[in-house]
Amino acid sequence: MADTHAHSVAFVRKDVIPESPPPARQTGVPKWLRENLFSSWANTALTIAAAWAIYMVLSSFLPWILNGVWDASSLSQCREILAGKTGACFAVLTERWHQLLFGFTYPSELYWRPVLAFIIMLVAFAPVLFFDLPRQMLVVTVLFPFIAFYLIWGGPLLTPIIAFLGCVAGYLVFSHYGKANFATGFFGGIAAAFIVWSIGGLLVDLVRPEEPWMTPVPSRDLGGFMLNMMLGVTCVSLSVPLGIVLALGRQSDMPLIKAVCVIFIEFIRGVPLITLLFVASVMLAYFFPPESTVDLFLRVVIMITMFSSAYIAEVIRGGLAALPKGQYEAADSLGLDYPQAMRLIILPQALKISIPGIVNVAVGLFKDTTLVSVISMFDLIGMIRGPILASTEWSGVYWELFGFAALLFFVVCYGISQYSQWLERRLATDHR
Amino acid sequence: MAEAQKLEISDEIAIDIRNMNKWFGSFHVLRDIDLQVRRGERIVIAGPSGSGKSTMIRCINALEEHQQGSIEVDGTLLSSDLKNIDKIRSEVGMVFQHFNLFPHLTILENCTLAPIWVRKIPKKDAEATAMHFLEKVKIPEQANKYPGQLSGGQQQRVAIARSLCMRPRIMLFDEPTSALDPEMIKEVLDTMVSLAEEGMTMLCVTHEMGFARQVANRVIFMDAGQIVEQNEPEEFFNNPQNERTKLFLSQILGH
Repeated sequence: MADTHAHSVAFVRKDVIPESPPPARQTGVPKWLRENLFSSWANTALTIAAAWAIYMVLSSFLPWILNGVWDASSLSQCREILAGKTGACFAVLTERWHQLLFGFTYPSELYWRPVLAFIIMLVAFAPVLFFDLPRQMLVVTVLFPFIAFYLIWGGPLLTPIIAFLGCVAGYLVFSHYGKANFATGFFGGIAAAFIVWSIGGLLVDLVRPEEPWMTPVPSRDLGGFMLNMMLGVTCVSLSVPLGIVLALGRQSDMPLIKAVCVIFIEFIRGVPLITLLFVASVMLAYFFPPESTVDLFLRVVIMITMFSSAYIAEVIRGGLAALPKGQYEAADSLGLDYPQAMRLIILPQALKISIPGIVNVAVGLFKDTTLVSVISMFDLIGMIRGPILASTEWSGVYWELFGFAALLFFVVCYGISQYSQWLERRLATDHR
Repeated sequence: MAEAQKLEISDEIAIDIRNMNKWFGSFHVLRDIDLQVRRGERIVIAGPSGSGKSTMIRCINALEEHQQGSIEVDGTLLSSDLKNIDKIRSEVGMVFQHFNLFPHLTILENCTLAPIWVRKIPKKDAEATAMHFLEKVKIPEQANKYPGQLSGGQQQRVAIARSLCMRPRIMLFDEPTSALDPEMIKEVLDTMVSLAEEGMTMLCVTHEMGFARQVANRVIFMDAGQIVEQNEPEEFFNNPQNERTKLFLSQILGH
């Protein structure tokens, strides 16, 4: 009995079945069409309905675009040219492009300065965003804030130089004393920077030239999409490091630091951004010494940075919480101290987890810069709603202007989103 | 096992734990632990789960804080002084149950990170040392891969190499084979055996009783936060004295 059973069940394979290609009907475009568009009667009906809907939208939208008038001096002239046909009046863009991009008071002979600053910005951000590029390019990144300030605001050359020297002094003091005692280095660095700045400030006033090489442009003359870009870039680059510090502070064992961070985050998150912007435009002056006039641009930057850093801190806290406890223990057991463990082990992983969240906040923040139009700063939206729509020539041109604004923002935000997806793929080393 | 016992054990005390007590909240996890480890000793710590084995060895490099008593490692008293803690941690290597490799770094970077940043060794030298130890654990060809691409056994051997790169004088193993498939346990145990044969001072929490017989010169049995029995492996396995030990051994050696 046992023998017969073994005879029928025992089996030994001696060779491997070779790989073969799948059947021809199961690949390519026909298969995709059949599976995705025409797999059943219901699906086929939906496909046809969707095609009809797309046709309806395009049939009214495309003529509007294609018939668009690009050359006219007012809305009424546009209507004359169109003579009753549907068509957009893009002439407002060609006639007012400089106002949309730079605001209506920035001197037009100086447009090359913000444009040059924008180009240098691309070079400065490249090594930070794409870390395979040569590290020497970081020199541009370090110098960029000072160059950009000089180009956009103009004024005496000494101002950005003093600002730069102050930062250098602060860094030198910090790197010298910070190793032995972090607090000494940190506060010593800040003190050193302030000493250089205040001495330098006096110096700048003493030797102020009659005619600086770069004509000074006050902050209230900034406007248009340039203002959105400046606010967005400055606030995002400041709020990410501040957010990291707040997130680490919230995890700290030291009760005072923890309390300060928790209160800051919870308070700022609980207040609408518009409120903070009104505080910036009206009330913040009370917190500074009476004679000092802190620039409105700077006040707005401070408020938006605080607002978004609170959000970024919470996003990063999520990343920190997602790391297994073993990573902290492994770093500790190897003898790494707290700054080393954070910088080399914990933050690289936590930030990688937080990328989607940080990008989310960054994109939101960039779009929220349009809120400054309510405190009468003439950013892109402020320009459209104010000087352009209020003018006799162009009142009533809504779709073209706001469509253009949407397009500009979409290009930048979509770019950020694509970059973040590239970054996530590039950093994926866990091979899950 | 005869071979293992030939290994020299000096009279120098490497770890000196005296009257150590620890509480988690109000739960008394470690009670009056007294343990002297001489240089070159290979100690296996066994016991039922929850008996405080892991907690005890985690106290030695201050991953857990003890509340009473004293721990001295290589003559350095473990106190709340961060300098002492960092000094002890860089002398004491630790291998975890779940490997705890750094997933964002390659195998080689995992091994060179601490020597470069803690010991301030030049990168070239640190890499040479790392390759030496990766060869020793028999995976030099994986040096440029990421931990996620390796099997569990390979990851655990990398974790051992990573600790060895700091040239520790003492190695702690916290259930190093508990998270591994049976086939991979052997490769990790082989690595540990060869480490023991070189005279490394080792404290190992493990359920691998074969390893204990082969390598250990002392087996410690813990229950309910206390050391209830310790002896040479031969005596420990053949002639256990404590009732709890007898029960434990009959359970795990029963089949």
